[in-house]
Amino acid sequence: MKGKVKVTTSEMVATRAVATRRRFEKLLETLFLAGAWLALTLVIALLVVILSDILADGWVRLNWKFLTSFPSRHPEEAGIFSAWVGTVYVMALTALIALPIGVGAAIYLEEFASRNWFARLVELNINNLAGVPAIIYGLLGLQVFVRWCRMGESVLAGACTLALMSLPVIIVASREALRAVPNSIREAALALGATKWQTVRDHVLPLALPGILTGTILALSRAIGEAAPLITIGALTFVAFLPKSPLDPFTVLPIQAYNWVSRPQPEFHQNAAAALIVLLALLSLMNGIATYLRNRYQQRWQI
Amino acid sequence: MRELMRERTIRKALWQERVMLTLLMFCALVSVVTTLAIVVTLTVEAVGFFRVVPIWRFLTEREWTPLFANKKFGILPLICGTMLTAGIAIIISVPLALLIATYLAEYAPPKLRRRLKSVTELLAGIPSVLYGYFALLFVTPLLQKFIPSMSTFNALSPGIVLGFMVLPTIASLSEDIIYAVPQSIREASLALGGTKLQTTFYAVLPAASSGIIAACLLGFARAIGETMLVAIAAGMMPNLTLNPLEPVETMTAYIVQVALGDVPHGTLEYRTIFTVGLTLFVLTLILNLTGIFLRERFLRVLRRM
Repeated sequence: MKGKVKVTTSEMVATRAVATRRRFEKLLETLFLAGAWLALTLVIALLVVILSDILADGWVRLNWKFLTSFPSRHPEEAGIFSAWVGTVYVMALTALIALPIGVGAAIYLEEFASRNWFARLVELNINNLAGVPAIIYGLLGLQVFVRWCRMGESVLAGACTLALMSLPVIIVASREALRAVPNSIREAALALGATKWQTVRDHVLPLALPGILTGTILALSRAIGEAAPLITIGALTFVAFLPKSPLDPFTVLPIQAYNWVSRPQPEFHQNAAAALIVLLALLSLMNGIATYLRNRYQQRWQI
Repeated sequence: MRELMRERTIRKALWQERVMLTLLMFCALVSVVTTLAIVVTLTVEAVGFFRVVPIWRFLTEREWTPLFANKKFGILPLICGTMLTAGIAIIISVPLALLIATYLAEYAPPKLRRRLKSVTELLAGIPSVLYGYFALLFVTPLLQKFIPSMSTFNALSPGIVLGFMVLPTIASLSEDIIYAVPQSIREASLALGGTKLQTTFYAVLPAASSGIIAACLLGFARAIGETMLVAIAAGMMPNLTLNPLEPVETMTAYIVQVALGDVPHGTLEYRTIFTVGLTLFVLTLILNLTGIFLRERFLRVLRRM
């Protein structure tokens, strides 16, 4: 009799312990969720603050004259003509250099290479290159393109440097796009007697192209926002002319903005903010195009 | 006749195949050549530098003044500046990134997960000059209201902003990893009576730990290599200090400082940027390779389950 009562008591204690424990767990979970939401709110708040800060600082300077004037010692006369033209020029050349090489490498790795030592070596390389700091590419460009190839501090040298920098990203994106093409397409072409290259050229590549372009545009938009490698190869900070050939000196938007932000006068800071707004607009445009391409042309395979 | 034509077409296709394969291999080779070229260019100039400045002086001297009349070549102040800003960044970003990653992978409904993920990745799309502008002209004046002794250039404010800059890298990589933990692990924990929170913290996160550490290492490598943000907001004064309120100079900022001036090719100053670059490259290489190795190990274990 006595023993039975004791068991019940300990059962009650146990139930109560479980209930307490459960309440404690619930509390911990709430704390965790609150922490996560706080972190997300911080991220979003930071985005909003950065964007509104830059807009508030630079909006007044944004006008047609700012876009069509060369830099100047007088902040109110200075503009970003040479900077945005340089940015567009470098970007176009970078794409011309990086896209064929990147797609070629991706096709080789995805379609041709069996898992041999060479493919593994290239793969490890690409993974590692993706983590090499941008400024190291600048040092590489300074030595190889500017000095050894005697390109000087030119648009071409800058484009080659940025092309090497964005190659890993382009290769990874292109490989993903190629991998998304179902094998049945390849098998159908091969069964009809096409060679591997014919299969890739006529069937796989056209289907993978939207994905490849999306990845390339995103890689380019990241490269073009970087000032460090171009400063390192010796791109100028004060350019009062437009580059006419790929061998002319140049400047780009982030470098122009950096030059202005590192001056003490607040008027120049306004100019920097305005230049950064233009840069952001350009990057958003590129991202928009990339997203459009992805949504418009990406196939959903049902096989 | 027809036979002959057919044979010609086939031969042409096969020839084309061989040419294209060689061309494509060359494209793939570019990445290997790039790595080799980085190592060679950095090493050649660094060897030239170490012929003049012995390596033990480079590693032990406590001052870095290659641009002054009284030249001293101790890398320590630059490494210290780099580690200080990157360290602050990691302290800020790792807890936030892991909270976000865990929430998104384990708790958020799929639609919200995708949307919040792309919002977080917006942070990675902002150019670093803009982060620098923000750190110098917004965060620093704001912090100075609370800490009046803080100088205009300091390690704290770029460190904090850098934390948000590398946050998407860490969050996105570790979210992928946590998401990839097999369902059977969650089910086992739930079957033993674990709550969702216990499952997350005692079963899922430990299973993902090597991948999460890899993500943090890759984020740290990013922070060490970041240039414009620290060049703008942390200053260009080599300073052997751990005080985050003082101006410092990172390795990357030093390279920018020299590149902005007109340093003639072949001088010792010109060689210093390659030597500093080599130091930076070796540091990030170690972090990256460890990260890649840990990730691969996680994926290998995953495949076995």
